[in-house]
Amino acid sequence: MKEYIKMVVVLTVIATVCGFLLATVRYSTEERIVEQVLLYVQGPAVNKVLSSSTNDLIQDRQEIRIQDQEHLVFVGERNDQPWAIAFESSAGGYGGDIGVLVGFDIEQDLITGIGILTHSETPGLGARVTESTFTDNFNNKTLNVNFNVKQDGGFVDAVTGATISSRAVCLAVRKSLELYPEIKKEIVKQ
Amino acid sequence: MVKAKSISKEFFKGFWEILPPFRLVLGLCPMLAVTKYVENGLGMGIATTFVLFFSNIIISSIKSVIPKKVRIASYIVIIATFVVIVELVMQAFFYSLFEKLGIFIPLIVVNCIILGRAEAFASKNPIHLSAADGLGIGLGFTMSLFLISAIREILGAGTFLGMHIMWGSYEPFAFMIEAPGAFICLGLLLAMMNLVPTKLNGAN
Repeated sequence: MKEYIKMVVVLTVIATVCGFLLATVRYSTEERIVEQVLLYVQGPAVNKVLSSSTNDLIQDRQEIRIQDQEHLVFVGERNDQPWAIAFESSAGGYGGDIGVLVGFDIEQDLITGIGILTHSETPGLGARVTESTFTDNFNNKTLNVNFNVKQDGGFVDAVTGATISSRAVCLAVRKSLELYPEIKKEIVKQ
Repeated sequence: MVKAKSISKEFFKGFWEILPPFRLVLGLCPMLAVTKYVENGLGMGIATTFVLFFSNIIISSIKSVIPKKVRIASYIVIIATFVVIVELVMQAFFYSLFEKLGIFIPLIVVNCIILGRAEAFASKNPIHLSAADGLGIGLGFTMSLFLISAIREILGAGTFLGMHIMWGSYEPFAFMIEAPGAFICLGLLLAMMNLVPTKLNGAN
């Protein structure tokens, strides 16, 4: 009986101490981890689509609420005036959701460009939607053009052998078009 | 004097006598999976060394309190704690390495080398010897990972730590950075290591 109690007590004490230790480490690294994820996952894409901005894009990010949904919006500024915004939109591809960062010029209502943030497409095929030969299709496009692959009557050159992935990116861009007026309204209001 | 001698003995045995994973044929999963590039191999080795060193010290210092029946559970809790610490720290300070090693960091928890050392050594020996053992085995493991990943990266990609070191017309032997290359590289090295002591014994 005595050994039975000792077993429970020792294991509980060990687990509690470990739990506290982990909570401390997690608490002290949390902020840096969020920054690192922004820097390494979103940073390169954000800097690409909002490239002529003069402010720190990662630092000036904003959370904007539209219809009970939080959207992380990156705002690019020139001469201390917001000139462009970028936010993520996603659609189901061949291997899972593809997260696409879409940049908009709010002065001229243009798409400045897109960047792929997350995807799980087939390496060498669908994964090639991340390459600039594909993403450059979307550079400096007005919002009224048909964002579809050529097979579907649009203007986008699909990646060879990866029509499903290319379609998903187009769909994500079209979804972002629906959100754009509302997010723009919020940014201009500020 | 006797003590100092045994510390160095426990420390250096990890470099040859029971060098993991060649002598102590444990920890093969990370060895095969993360040795595509030197950077990954070294990162994995250092992470494992950290966990091994601290888990050995903690387990050795509380070995008299842990009841025999729950010892494995206790060891796993302690090991898992250090692994998560490594994971968080790596994510906060070395994010690109964290992205490359991915799932293999949490999998250090079930690396047989660490539980093996806890059970076979730290739970029976004093703290200073356990620390030396953990550090020695860890560094030995890091060396092995470094060796295999260097061979694979140089032959398979023509680079070393990302720098091109082979002559311009060198055609990378891409097979080496694929999974089968890891098995063949490991097998050849094991064979070579088995050859050395046989010859030494023969000479004697």
